[in-house]
Amino acid sequence: MNILTGYISSTSGSVEIDGYDILDNPIEAKQKIGYLPELPPLYTDMTVQGYLSFVYDLKKCKIPKKQHIDDVCRRVRIDHVQNRIIKNLSKGYRQRVGLAQALIGNPEVLILDEPTVGLDPKQIIEIRDLIKVLGERHTVILSSHILSEVQAVCDRLVIINGGKIVADDTAENLTRKLSKDFRYIIRVEGPQEDIQKVLSSIPGMKEVLFNGEKEPGAFEFSLESDPALDIRREVFHRIVTRNWTILSFRSTEMTLEDIFLQLTTGDSAAAEATLAGAESDDEGNTEGQAAADSQQVESIEVVNPETGDTEDVSKPLEAPEIYEEKKVNMNENGGEE
Amino acid sequence: MLAIFKREFNSYFTNPMGYVFLAVFYFFSGMYFSITLKYNSTDISIVFSYLFEVLMFIIPLLCMRLMSDEKRQKTDQLLLTSPVSITGLVIGKFLAAFAIYAMALAVTVVYSIILSFFAAPEWAVIIGNIFGSLIMGAAMISICLLISACTESQIIAAIGGLAAMLLLWMVENVAYLLPDSFSWLGNILSQLSFSSRYDNFCSGILDIGDVLFYISAVVVFLFFNVRVIEKRRWS
Repeated sequence: MNILTGYISSTSGSVEIDGYDILDNPIEAKQKIGYLPELPPLYTDMTVQGYLSFVYDLKKCKIPKKQHIDDVCRRVRIDHVQNRIIKNLSKGYRQRVGLAQALIGNPEVLILDEPTVGLDPKQIIEIRDLIKVLGERHTVILSSHILSEVQAVCDRLVIINGGKIVADDTAENLTRKLSKDFRYIIRVEGPQEDIQKVLSSIPGMKEVLFNGEKEPGAFEFSLESDPALDIRREVFHRIVTRNWTILSFRSTEMTLEDIFLQLTTGDSAAAEATLAGAESDDEGNTEGQAAADSQQVESIEVVNPETGDTEDVSKPLEAPEIYEEKKVNMNENGGEE
Repeated sequence: MLAIFKREFNSYFTNPMGYVFLAVFYFFSGMYFSITLKYNSTDISIVFSYLFEVLMFIIPLLCMRLMSDEKRQKTDQLLLTSPVSITGLVIGKFLAAFAIYAMALAVTVVYSIILSFFAAPEWAVIIGNIFGSLIMGAAMISICLLISACTESQIIAAIGGLAAMLLLWMVENVAYLLPDSFSWLGNILSQLSFSSRYDNFCSGILDIGDVLFYISAVVVFLFFNVRVIEKRRWS
Protein backbone atom coordinates (compact mmCIF):
# COMPACT_ATOMS: atom_id res chain seq x y z
CA MET A 1 0.00 0.00 0.00
CA ASN A 2 2.75 2.41 0.97
CA ILE A 3 4.63 1.50 -2.17
CA LEU A 4 1.55 1.97 -4.34
CA THR A 5 1.06 5.48 -3.02
CA GLY A 6 4.72 6.43 -3.28
CA TYR A 7 5.27 6.75 0.46
CA ILE A 8 8.12 4.29 0.30
CA SER A 9 9.80 3.03 -2.82
CA SER A 10 9.83 -0.50 -4.10
CA THR A 11 12.90 -2.72 -4.02
CA SER A 12 11.84 -4.26 -7.31
CA GLY A 13 9.02 -3.94 -9.77
CA SER A 14 7.22 -0.77 -10.71
CA VAL A 15 3.94 0.96 -9.93
CA GLU A 16 1.91 2.65 -12.59
CA ILE A 17 -1.24 4.62 -11.82
CA ASP A 18 -3.26 5.29 -14.95
CA GLY A 19 -0.08 5.20 -17.04
CA TYR A 20 2.02 7.39 -14.73
CA ASP A 21 4.93 5.76 -12.96
CA ILE A 22 4.92 6.65 -9.27
CA LEU A 23 8.68 7.23 -9.25
CA ASP A 24 9.08 8.96 -12.62
CA ASN A 25 5.96 11.15 -12.53
CA PRO A 26 5.08 11.23 -8.83
CA ILE A 27 2.99 14.40 -8.97
CA GLU A 28 0.69 13.19 -11.77
CA ALA A 29 0.37 9.71 -10.31
CA LYS A 30 -0.35 10.95 -6.78
CA GLN A 31 -3.00 13.30 -8.09
CA LYS A 32 -5.03 10.24 -9.06
CA ILE A 33 -4.82 8.57 -5.66
CA GLY A 34 -6.77 9.02 -2.48
CA TYR A 35 -5.06 7.13 0.33
CA LEU A 36 -6.36 6.19 3.74
CA PRO A 37 -3.51 4.61 5.70
CA GLU A 38 -4.15 2.23 8.57
CA LEU A 39 -3.89 5.14 10.99
CA PRO A 40 -5.72 8.15 9.51
CA PRO A 41 -3.15 10.94 9.04
CA LEU A 42 -4.98 13.64 10.97
CA TYR A 43 -3.70 16.87 12.46
CA THR A 44 -5.50 16.58 15.75
CA ASP A 45 -5.29 20.26 16.59
CA MET A 46 -7.28 21.34 13.52
CA THR A 47 -11.01 21.45 12.95
CA VAL A 48 -12.50 18.98 10.47
CA GLN A 49 -13.28 21.84 8.13
CA GLY A 50 -9.79 23.32 8.43
CA TYR A 51 -8.16 19.94 7.92
CA LEU A 52 -10.16 19.10 4.81
CA SER A 53 -9.54 22.54 3.41
CA PHE A 54 -5.81 21.97 3.95
CA VAL A 55 -6.00 18.63 2.14
CA TYR A 56 -7.92 20.35 -0.64
CA ASP A 57 -5.14 22.92 -1.04
CA LEU A 58 -2.50 20.21 -0.76
CA LYS A 59 -4.04 18.22 -3.61
CA LYS A 60 -4.39 21.35 -5.73
CA CYS A 61 -8.01 20.59 -6.59
CA LYS A 62 -9.83 22.52 -9.25
CA ILE A 63 -13.42 21.89 -8.08
CA PRO A 64 -15.23 24.73 -6.20
CA LYS A 65 -13.84 24.42 -2.69
CA LYS A 66 -16.64 25.03 -0.19
CA GLN A 67 -19.14 23.02 -2.19
CA HIS A 68 -16.76 20.10 -2.69
CA ILE A 69 -15.81 19.87 0.99
CA ASP A 70 -19.47 20.01 2.01
CA ASP A 71 -20.27 17.34 -0.53
CA VAL A 72 -17.52 15.01 0.74
CA CYS A 73 -18.60 15.57 4.34
CA ARG A 74 -22.16 14.66 3.45
CA ARG A 75 -21.04 11.49 1.74
CA VAL A 76 -19.16 10.21 4.79
CA ARG A 77 -21.72 11.75 7.14
CA ILE A 78 -19.49 14.08 9.09
CA ASP A 79 -21.23 17.31 8.08
CA HIS A 80 -22.51 17.89 11.61
CA VAL A 81 -19.02 17.76 13.17
CA GLN A 82 -17.33 19.99 10.61
CA ASN A 83 -16.47 22.67 13.14
CA ARG A 84 -15.24 20.35 15.86
CA ILE A 85 -11.56 19.91 16.61
CA ILE A 86 -10.38 16.49 15.43
CA LYS A 87 -8.78 15.78 18.81
CA ASN A 88 -12.26 15.65 20.37
CA LEU A 89 -13.77 13.20 17.87
CA SER A 90 -14.32 9.50 18.50
CA LYS A 91 -12.40 6.79 16.66
CA GLY A 92 -15.24 6.19 14.24
CA TYR A 93 -15.49 9.83 13.32
CA ARG A 94 -11.74 10.11 12.93
CA GLN A 95 -11.80 7.16 10.58
CA ARG A 96 -14.49 8.88 8.56
CA VAL A 97 -12.55 12.12 8.48
CA GLY A 98 -9.65 10.04 7.17
CA LEU A 99 -11.91 8.63 4.50
CA ALA A 100 -13.14 12.13 3.64
CA GLN A 101 -9.53 13.17 3.27
CA ALA A 102 -8.98 10.39 0.74
CA LEU A 103 -12.09 11.44 -1.18
CA ILE A 104 -11.08 15.08 -1.55
CA GLY A 105 -10.45 15.88 -5.17
CA ASN A 106 -12.47 12.89 -6.41
CA PRO A 107 -9.42 10.73 -7.15
CA GLU A 108 -9.85 7.90 -9.62
CA VAL A 109 -8.16 5.37 -7.37
CA LEU A 110 -8.96 5.00 -3.69
CA ILE A 111 -6.52 2.98 -1.63
CA LEU A 112 -7.90 2.00 1.75
CA ASP A 113 -5.78 0.15 4.29
CA GLU A 114 -7.97 -1.64 6.82
CA PRO A 115 -10.66 1.05 6.82
CA THR A 116 -12.84 -0.58 9.48
CA VAL A 117 -10.23 -1.44 12.07
CA GLY A 118 -11.18 -0.36 15.58
CA LEU A 119 -14.77 0.52 14.77
CA ASP A 120 -17.91 -0.80 16.42
CA PRO A 121 -20.21 -3.13 14.42
CA LYS A 122 -22.61 -0.38 13.42
CA GLN A 123 -19.81 1.84 12.19
CA ILE A 124 -18.25 -1.09 10.35
CA ILE A 125 -21.48 -1.68 8.45
CA GLU A 126 -21.74 2.03 7.64
CA ILE A 127 -18.20 2.23 6.35
CA ARG A 128 -18.66 -0.93 4.28
CA ASP A 129 -21.82 0.43 2.71
CA LEU A 130 -20.00 3.64 1.97
CA ILE A 131 -17.16 1.76 0.31
CA LYS A 132 -19.65 -0.17 -1.81
CA VAL A 133 -21.21 3.09 -2.96
CA LEU A 134 -17.79 4.56 -3.64
CA GLY A 135 -16.95 1.52 -5.72
CA GLU A 136 -19.52 2.59 -8.26
CA ARG A 137 -17.57 5.73 -9.08
CA HIS A 138 -13.97 5.01 -8.09
CA THR A 139 -11.53 2.15 -8.32
CA VAL A 140 -11.21 1.00 -4.76
CA ILE A 141 -8.25 -1.03 -3.59
CA LEU A 142 -8.93 -2.32 -0.12
CA SER A 143 -6.57 -4.21 2.08
CA SER A 144 -7.97 -6.13 4.97
CA HIS A 145 -7.27 -9.04 7.24
CA ILE A 146 -10.94 -9.47 7.97
CA LEU A 147 -11.97 -11.90 5.28
CA SER A 148 -15.71 -11.68 5.82
CA GLU A 149 -15.36 -7.99 5.13
CA VAL A 150 -13.55 -8.72 1.90
CA GLN A 151 -16.30 -11.11 0.91
CA ALA A 152 -18.95 -8.52 1.71
CA VAL A 153 -17.42 -5.60 -0.13
CA CYS A 154 -15.25 -6.76 -2.98
CA ASP A 155 -15.72 -7.87 -6.55
CA ARG A 156 -12.21 -9.03 -7.18
CA LEU A 157 -9.80 -10.66 -4.82
CA VAL A 158 -6.02 -10.79 -4.87
CA ILE A 159 -4.23 -12.89 -2.29
CA ILE A 160 -0.56 -12.13 -1.83
CA ASN A 161 1.74 -14.52 -0.06
CA GLY A 162 5.44 -13.83 0.44
CA GLY A 163 5.34 -11.01 -2.08
CA LYS A 164 3.79 -13.20 -4.76
CA ILE A 165 0.27 -13.09 -6.05
CA VAL A 166 -1.18 -16.51 -5.38
CA ALA A 167 -4.76 -15.82 -6.44
CA ASP A 168 -6.59 -13.17 -8.40
CA ASP A 169 -10.27 -13.75 -9.10
CA THR A 170 -13.73 -13.30 -7.70
CA ALA A 171 -14.43 -15.00 -4.40
CA GLU A 172 -16.97 -17.38 -5.98
CA ASN A 173 -14.60 -18.46 -8.73
CA LEU A 174 -11.86 -19.12 -6.23
CA THR A 175 -14.18 -21.26 -4.16
CA ARG A 176 -15.30 -23.17 -7.20
CA LYS A 177 -11.80 -23.82 -8.48
CA LEU A 178 -10.25 -24.75 -5.18
CA SER A 179 -12.84 -27.16 -3.85
CA LYS A 180 -12.16 -30.43 -5.58
CA ASP A 181 -15.46 -31.98 -4.62
CA PHE A 182 -18.80 -30.95 -3.22
CA ARG A 183 -19.86 -31.64 0.32
CA TYR A 184 -23.37 -31.67 1.65
CA ILE A 185 -24.78 -32.15 5.08
CA ILE A 186 -28.17 -33.82 5.29
CA ARG A 187 -30.42 -34.62 8.23
CA VAL A 188 -33.04 -37.30 7.63
CA GLU A 189 -35.75 -38.83 9.81
CA GLY A 190 -35.92 -42.60 9.31
CA PRO A 191 -34.00 -45.83 9.95
CA GLN A 192 -30.33 -44.97 10.13
CA GLU A 193 -28.77 -47.99 8.43
CA ASP A 194 -31.22 -48.01 5.54
CA ILE A 195 -30.68 -44.32 4.89
CA GLN A 196 -26.92 -44.79 4.80
CA LYS A 197 -27.25 -47.68 2.40
CA VAL A 198 -29.55 -45.75 0.07
CA LEU A 199 -27.34 -42.70 0.09
CA SER A 200 -24.21 -44.74 -0.65
CA SER A 201 -25.84 -46.34 -3.66
CA ILE A 202 -26.40 -43.00 -5.43
CA PRO A 203 -24.19 -42.72 -8.54
CA GLY A 204 -21.44 -40.13 -8.17
CA MET A 205 -21.40 -40.43 -4.38
CA LYS A 206 -17.84 -40.74 -3.06
CA GLU A 207 -18.34 -41.02 0.64
CA VAL A 208 -21.15 -41.03 3.19
CA LEU A 209 -20.17 -40.27 6.78
CA PHE A 210 -22.52 -40.70 9.70
CA ASN A 211 -22.44 -37.66 12.00
CA GLY A 212 -24.67 -39.03 14.73
CA GLU A 213 -28.25 -38.76 15.92
CA LYS A 214 -28.81 -35.02 16.16
CA GLU A 215 -32.50 -35.11 17.02
CA PRO A 216 -34.56 -38.06 18.32
CA GLY A 217 -35.08 -40.29 15.30
CA ALA A 218 -33.19 -38.01 12.94
CA PHE A 219 -29.69 -38.75 11.71
CA GLU A 220 -27.11 -36.50 10.10
CA PHE A 221 -24.76 -37.53 7.30
CA SER A 222 -21.91 -35.80 5.46
CA LEU A 223 -21.97 -36.52 1.77
CA GLU A 224 -19.03 -36.11 -0.58
CA SER A 225 -19.74 -36.29 -4.26
CA ASP A 226 -18.06 -36.04 -7.62
CA PRO A 227 -18.11 -32.37 -8.71
CA ALA A 228 -19.04 -33.41 -12.24
CA LEU A 229 -22.40 -34.76 -11.10
CA ASP A 230 -25.13 -32.92 -9.29
CA ILE A 231 -26.48 -35.43 -6.79
CA ARG A 232 -28.99 -33.19 -5.03
CA ARG A 233 -32.07 -34.18 -7.03
CA GLU A 234 -31.24 -37.85 -6.80
CA VAL A 235 -30.77 -37.66 -3.01
CA PHE A 236 -34.11 -35.92 -2.57
CA HIS A 237 -35.92 -38.30 -4.85
CA ARG A 238 -34.66 -41.49 -3.27
CA ILE A 239 -35.42 -40.35 0.27
CA VAL A 240 -38.87 -39.00 -0.52
CA THR A 241 -39.97 -42.15 -2.38
CA ARG A 242 -39.20 -44.15 0.79
CA ASN A 243 -41.39 -41.79 2.87
CA TRP A 244 -38.52 -40.57 5.02
CA THR A 245 -38.34 -36.88 5.89
CA ILE A 246 -35.50 -34.49 5.08
CA LEU A 247 -35.15 -32.08 7.98
CA SER A 248 -32.22 -30.12 6.57
CA PHE A 249 -30.03 -30.29 3.51
CA ARG A 250 -27.21 -27.84 2.85
CA SER A 251 -23.96 -27.62 0.98
CA THR A 252 -20.77 -26.69 2.77
CA GLU A 253 -18.78 -24.47 0.49
CA MET A 254 -15.27 -23.36 1.21
CA THR A 255 -15.16 -20.12 3.10
CA LEU A 256 -12.71 -17.39 2.24
CA GLU A 257 -10.78 -18.39 5.34
CA ASP A 258 -10.32 -21.88 3.92
CA ILE A 259 -9.17 -20.43 0.61
CA PHE A 260 -6.74 -18.10 2.31
CA LEU A 261 -5.29 -20.85 4.47
CA GLN A 262 -5.01 -23.23 1.55
CA LEU A 263 -3.21 -20.63 -0.55
CA THR A 264 -0.85 -19.28 2.08
CA THR A 265 0.17 -22.32 4.11
CA GLY A 266 2.07 -25.49 3.37
CA ASP A 267 0.01 -26.93 0.55
CA SER A 268 -0.10 -23.64 -1.34
CA ALA A 269 1.86 -25.12 -4.23
CA ALA A 270 -0.80 -27.76 -4.74
CA ALA A 271 -3.56 -25.18 -4.51
CA GLU A 272 -1.83 -22.94 -7.02
CA ALA A 273 -1.49 -25.82 -9.41
CA THR A 274 -5.21 -26.49 -9.03
CA LEU A 275 -5.94 -22.85 -9.75
CA ALA A 276 -3.67 -22.82 -12.76
CA GLY A 277 -5.30 -25.95 -14.08
CA ALA A 278 -8.78 -24.61 -13.57
CA GLU A 279 -7.87 -21.41 -15.33
CA SER A 280 -6.49 -23.17 -18.38
CA ASP A 281 -9.81 -25.01 -18.61
CA ASP A 282 -11.92 -21.91 -19.09
CA GLU A 283 -9.36 -19.52 -20.48
CA GLY A 284 -11.67 -17.60 -22.74
CA ASN A 285 -14.04 -17.19 -19.87
CA THR A 286 -11.50 -15.68 -17.48
CA GLU A 287 -10.23 -13.22 -20.03
CA GLY A 288 -13.67 -11.82 -20.55
CA GLN A 289 -14.05 -11.59 -16.84
CA ALA A 290 -10.81 -9.71 -16.33
CA ALA A 291 -11.98 -7.12 -18.84
CA ALA A 292 -15.29 -6.87 -17.06
CA ASP A 293 -13.48 -6.43 -13.77
CA SER A 294 -11.40 -3.53 -14.98
CA GLN A 295 -14.59 -1.80 -16.09
CA GLN A 296 -16.31 -2.60 -12.90
CA VAL A 297 -14.01 -0.54 -10.73
CA GLU A 298 -13.95 -2.46 -7.51
CA SER A 299 -10.95 -4.53 -6.76
CA ILE A 300 -9.30 -5.98 -3.76
CA GLU A 301 -6.22 -7.29 -2.33
CA VAL A 302 -5.31 -9.21 0.75
CA VAL A 303 -1.85 -8.91 2.08
CA ASN A 304 -0.29 -11.70 4.01
CA PRO A 305 0.20 -10.37 7.53
CA GLU A 306 3.66 -11.85 7.94
CA THR A 307 5.26 -11.02 4.67
CA GLY A 308 2.86 -8.36 3.40
CA ASP A 309 4.67 -7.13 0.33
CA THR A 310 2.57 -5.48 -2.31
CA GLU A 311 4.69 -5.03 -5.34
CA ASP A 312 3.28 -4.27 -8.74
CA VAL A 313 -0.33 -5.04 -8.04
CA SER A 314 -1.56 -2.08 -10.01
CA LYS A 315 -1.05 -3.86 -13.28
CA PRO A 316 -3.62 -6.30 -14.60
CA LEU A 317 -2.52 -9.76 -13.79
CA GLU A 318 -1.98 -12.61 -16.08
CA ALA A 319 -3.05 -16.12 -15.36
CA PRO A 320 -0.13 -18.24 -14.15
CA GLU A 321 1.91 -19.51 -17.03
CA ILE A 322 1.55 -23.09 -18.07
CA TYR A 323 3.95 -24.68 -20.45
CA GLU A 324 2.36 -26.00 -23.59
CA GLU A 325 3.83 -29.48 -23.27
CA LYS A 326 2.63 -29.69 -19.67
CA LYS A 327 -0.86 -28.59 -20.67
CA VAL A 328 -1.21 -31.58 -22.97
CA ASN A 329 -0.61 -33.96 -20.09
CA MET A 330 -3.18 -32.38 -17.85
CA ASN A 331 -6.35 -34.11 -16.93
CA GLU A 332 -9.54 -32.20 -16.45
CA ASN A 333 -8.78 -31.40 -12.81
CA GLY A 334 -5.48 -29.80 -13.76
CA GLY A 335 -3.32 -32.52 -12.27
CA GLU A 336 -0.79 -34.34 -14.36
CA GLU A 337 -1.66 -37.72 -15.69
CA MET B 1 3.93 24.36 -0.83
CA LEU B 2 1.56 27.24 -0.14
CA ALA B 3 -0.89 24.87 1.55
CA ILE B 4 1.84 23.53 3.83
CA PHE B 5 3.04 27.05 4.60
CA LYS B 6 -0.48 28.15 5.47
CA ARG B 7 -1.15 25.15 7.69
CA GLU B 8 2.14 25.40 9.58
CA PHE B 9 1.80 29.13 10.01
CA ASN B 10 -1.73 28.79 11.37
CA SER B 11 -0.76 25.92 13.64
CA TYR B 12 1.74 28.20 15.39
CA PHE B 13 -1.27 30.16 16.56
CA THR B 14 -3.65 27.26 17.25
CA ASN B 15 -1.20 25.94 19.80
CA PRO B 16 0.82 28.08 22.18
CA MET B 17 4.19 27.68 20.46
CA GLY B 18 3.89 30.76 18.24
CA TYR B 19 2.70 32.98 21.07
CA VAL B 20 5.40 31.76 23.43
CA PHE B 21 8.08 32.34 20.82
CA LEU B 22 6.88 35.86 20.08
CA ALA B 23 6.45 36.67 23.77
CA VAL B 24 9.94 35.48 24.71
CA PHE B 25 11.46 37.33 21.79
CA TYR B 26 9.59 40.56 22.51
CA PHE B 27 10.44 40.38 26.19
CA PHE B 28 14.18 40.01 25.76
CA SER B 29 14.54 42.37 22.84
CA GLY B 30 12.44 44.89 24.75
CA MET B 31 14.69 44.44 27.75
CA TYR B 32 17.84 45.17 25.78
CA PHE B 33 16.11 48.08 24.07
CA SER B 34 15.21 49.58 27.44
CA ILE B 35 18.86 49.33 28.45
CA THR B 36 19.79 51.19 25.25
CA LEU B 37 17.31 53.91 26.07
CA LYS B 38 18.53 54.11 29.65
CA TYR B 39 22.06 54.86 28.51
CA ASN B 40 20.76 57.59 26.18
CA SER B 41 22.20 55.81 23.18
CA THR B 42 20.73 55.64 19.69
CA ASP B 43 22.92 52.66 18.85
CA ILE B 44 20.41 49.86 18.35
CA SER B 45 23.22 47.43 17.44
CA ILE B 46 23.48 46.48 21.11
CA VAL B 47 20.00 45.05 20.95
CA PHE B 48 20.87 42.97 17.91
CA SER B 49 24.14 41.68 19.28
CA TYR B 50 22.37 40.35 22.38
CA LEU B 51 19.61 38.85 20.27
CA PHE B 52 21.98 36.12 19.07
CA GLU B 53 21.99 34.50 22.50
CA VAL B 54 18.20 34.70 22.71
CA LEU B 55 17.68 33.22 19.26
CA MET B 56 20.10 30.43 20.04
CA PHE B 57 17.69 29.17 22.68
CA ILE B 58 14.31 29.85 21.09
CA ILE B 59 14.84 28.92 17.45
CA PRO B 60 15.33 25.21 18.27
CA LEU B 61 12.00 25.40 20.10
CA LEU B 62 10.36 27.06 17.12
CA CYS B 63 11.49 24.30 14.79
CA MET B 64 11.43 21.20 16.98
CA ARG B 65 7.88 20.21 16.07
CA LEU B 66 7.97 20.92 12.34
CA MET B 67 9.26 17.63 10.99
CA SER B 68 9.43 15.30 13.98
CA ASP B 69 5.76 15.58 14.83
CA GLU B 70 4.69 14.63 11.31
CA LYS B 71 6.50 11.36 11.66
CA ARG B 72 5.19 10.66 15.13
CA GLN B 73 1.58 11.35 14.19
CA LYS B 74 2.00 9.57 10.84
CA THR B 75 0.73 12.64 9.02
CA ASP B 76 3.79 12.45 6.80
CA GLN B 77 1.88 9.67 5.04
CA LEU B 78 -0.58 12.29 3.90
CA LEU B 79 2.06 14.78 2.86
CA LEU B 80 4.27 12.31 1.02
CA THR B 81 1.39 10.69 -0.84
CA SER B 82 -0.02 14.04 -1.92
CA PRO B 83 0.94 15.67 -5.19
CA VAL B 84 3.56 17.85 -3.50
CA SER B 85 7.28 17.57 -4.07
CA ILE B 86 9.50 17.00 -1.05
CA THR B 87 11.30 20.24 -1.86
CA GLY B 88 7.97 22.05 -1.72
CA LEU B 89 7.22 20.39 1.60
CA VAL B 90 10.54 21.42 3.15
CA ILE B 91 10.41 24.96 1.79
CA GLY B 92 6.81 25.38 2.95
CA LYS B 93 7.75 24.41 6.49
CA PHE B 94 10.89 26.51 6.43
CA LEU B 95 8.96 29.58 5.28
CA ALA B 96 6.34 29.11 7.99
CA ALA B 97 8.97 29.15 10.72
CA PHE B 98 10.76 31.99 8.97
CA ALA B 99 7.56 34.03 8.79
CA ILE B 100 7.07 33.71 12.56
CA TYR B 101 10.68 34.72 13.08
CA ALA B 102 10.25 37.69 10.75
CA MET B 103 7.16 38.71 12.72
CA ALA B 104 9.22 38.63 15.88
CA LEU B 105 12.04 40.59 14.33
CA ALA B 106 9.63 43.20 12.98
CA VAL B 107 9.47 44.62 16.48
CA THR B 108 12.96 46.06 16.00
CA VAL B 109 11.49 48.35 13.33
CA VAL B 110 9.25 49.76 16.05
CA TYR B 111 12.29 50.27 18.28
CA SER B 112 14.04 52.14 15.46
CA ILE B 113 11.07 54.42 15.01
CA ILE B 114 10.98 55.12 18.73
CA LEU B 115 14.69 56.01 18.57
CA SER B 116 14.08 58.37 15.70
CA PHE B 117 12.04 60.57 18.04
CA PHE B 118 15.10 61.20 20.18
CA ALA B 119 17.77 61.63 17.54
CA ALA B 120 18.39 60.75 13.92
CA PRO B 121 19.44 57.08 13.99
CA GLU B 122 21.81 55.67 11.44
CA TRP B 123 19.30 54.02 9.15
CA ALA B 124 21.94 52.24 7.11
CA VAL B 125 23.20 50.47 10.21
CA ILE B 126 19.69 49.58 11.32
CA ILE B 127 18.71 48.13 7.96
CA GLY B 128 21.98 46.21 7.79
CA ASN B 129 21.32 44.83 11.25
CA ILE B 130 17.80 43.74 10.46
CA PHE B 131 18.90 42.14 7.22
CA GLY B 132 21.77 40.36 8.96
CA SER B 133 19.46 39.05 11.69
CA LEU B 134 16.98 37.84 9.10
CA ILE B 135 19.43 35.75 7.13
CA MET B 136 21.21 34.49 10.21
CA GLY B 137 17.86 33.41 11.67
CA ALA B 138 17.03 31.72 8.37
CA ALA B 139 20.27 29.74 8.57
CA MET B 140 19.51 28.74 12.17
CA ILE B 141 15.99 27.68 11.23
CA SER B 142 17.22 25.51 8.38
CA ILE B 143 19.69 23.75 10.68
CA CYS B 144 17.07 23.11 13.35
CA LEU B 145 14.63 21.94 10.70
CA LEU B 146 17.15 19.36 9.53
CA ILE B 147 17.63 18.10 13.09
CA SER B 148 13.86 17.90 13.49
CA ALA B 149 13.66 15.79 10.33
CA CYS B 150 16.14 13.29 11.76
CA THR B 151 14.09 12.30 14.78
CA GLU B 152 10.56 11.46 15.85
CA SER B 153 10.85 13.13 19.22
CA GLN B 154 10.32 16.83 19.66
CA ILE B 155 12.50 16.85 22.76
CA ILE B 156 15.44 15.30 20.94
CA ALA B 157 14.92 17.76 18.11
CA ALA B 158 14.95 20.66 20.56
CA ILE B 159 18.02 19.47 22.45
CA GLY B 160 19.82 18.59 19.23
CA GLY B 161 19.03 22.00 17.82
CA LEU B 162 20.23 23.71 20.96
CA ALA B 163 23.46 21.71 20.88
CA ALA B 164 24.02 22.68 17.25
CA MET B 165 23.40 26.33 18.05
CA LEU B 166 25.79 26.24 21.00
CA LEU B 167 28.42 24.59 18.84
CA LEU B 168 28.07 27.28 16.18
CA TRP B 169 28.37 29.88 18.89
CA MET B 170 31.45 28.36 20.48
CA VAL B 171 33.15 27.04 17.40
CA GLU B 172 35.66 29.88 17.56
CA ASN B 173 36.66 28.89 21.06
CA VAL B 174 37.12 25.33 19.89
CA ALA B 175 39.34 26.62 17.11
CA TYR B 176 41.31 28.62 19.65
CA LEU B 177 41.94 25.52 21.75
CA LEU B 178 43.50 23.57 18.90
CA PRO B 179 47.28 23.13 18.99
CA ASP B 180 49.39 25.17 16.54
CA SER B 181 49.98 22.22 14.24
CA PHE B 182 46.24 22.16 13.58
CA SER B 183 45.98 25.86 12.81
CA TRP B 184 44.57 25.05 9.32
CA LEU B 185 41.66 23.28 10.99
CA GLY B 186 41.25 26.19 13.38
CA ASN B 187 41.05 28.56 10.42
CA ILE B 188 38.31 26.50 8.81
CA LEU B 189 36.34 26.25 12.05
CA SER B 190 36.52 29.93 12.83
CA GLN B 191 35.18 30.66 9.36
CA LEU B 192 32.12 28.61 10.27
CA SER B 193 31.32 30.66 13.32
CA PHE B 194 27.86 32.16 13.20
CA SER B 195 28.49 34.66 15.96
CA SER B 196 31.58 36.37 14.59
CA ARG B 197 29.91 36.89 11.21
CA TYR B 198 26.86 38.21 12.97
CA ASP B 199 29.04 40.63 14.94
CA ASN B 200 30.12 42.11 11.61
CA PHE B 201 26.53 42.98 10.83
CA CYS B 202 26.06 44.43 14.29
CA SER B 203 29.02 46.73 13.90
CA GLY B 204 27.55 47.97 10.64
CA ILE B 205 29.73 46.01 8.20
CA LEU B 206 27.79 44.54 5.30
CA ASP B 207 30.24 42.02 3.88
CA ILE B 208 29.05 40.13 0.82
CA GLY B 209 30.99 37.09 2.12
CA ASP B 210 28.89 37.03 5.29
CA VAL B 211 25.66 37.38 3.35
CA LEU B 212 26.63 34.54 1.05
CA PHE B 213 27.71 32.43 4.03
CA TYR B 214 24.29 32.56 5.66
CA ILE B 215 22.34 32.17 2.44
CA SER B 216 24.41 29.20 1.35
CA ALA B 217 23.93 27.67 4.80
CA VAL B 218 20.16 27.94 4.28
CA VAL B 219 20.38 26.34 0.86
CA VAL B 220 22.70 23.54 1.95
CA PHE B 221 20.72 22.57 5.03
CA LEU B 222 17.37 22.68 3.21
CA PHE B 223 18.92 20.45 0.57
CA PHE B 224 20.11 18.02 3.25
CA ASN B 225 16.62 18.11 4.65
CA VAL B 226 15.11 17.04 1.35
CA ARG B 227 17.67 14.25 1.09
CA VAL B 228 16.96 13.00 4.62
CA ILE B 229 13.25 12.67 3.84
CA GLU B 230 13.98 11.14 0.46
CA LYS B 231 16.35 8.65 2.05
CA ARG B 232 13.65 7.44 4.40
CA ARG B 233 11.61 6.29 1.41
CA TRP B 234 14.43 4.10 0.22
CA SER B 235 15.34 2.40 3.47
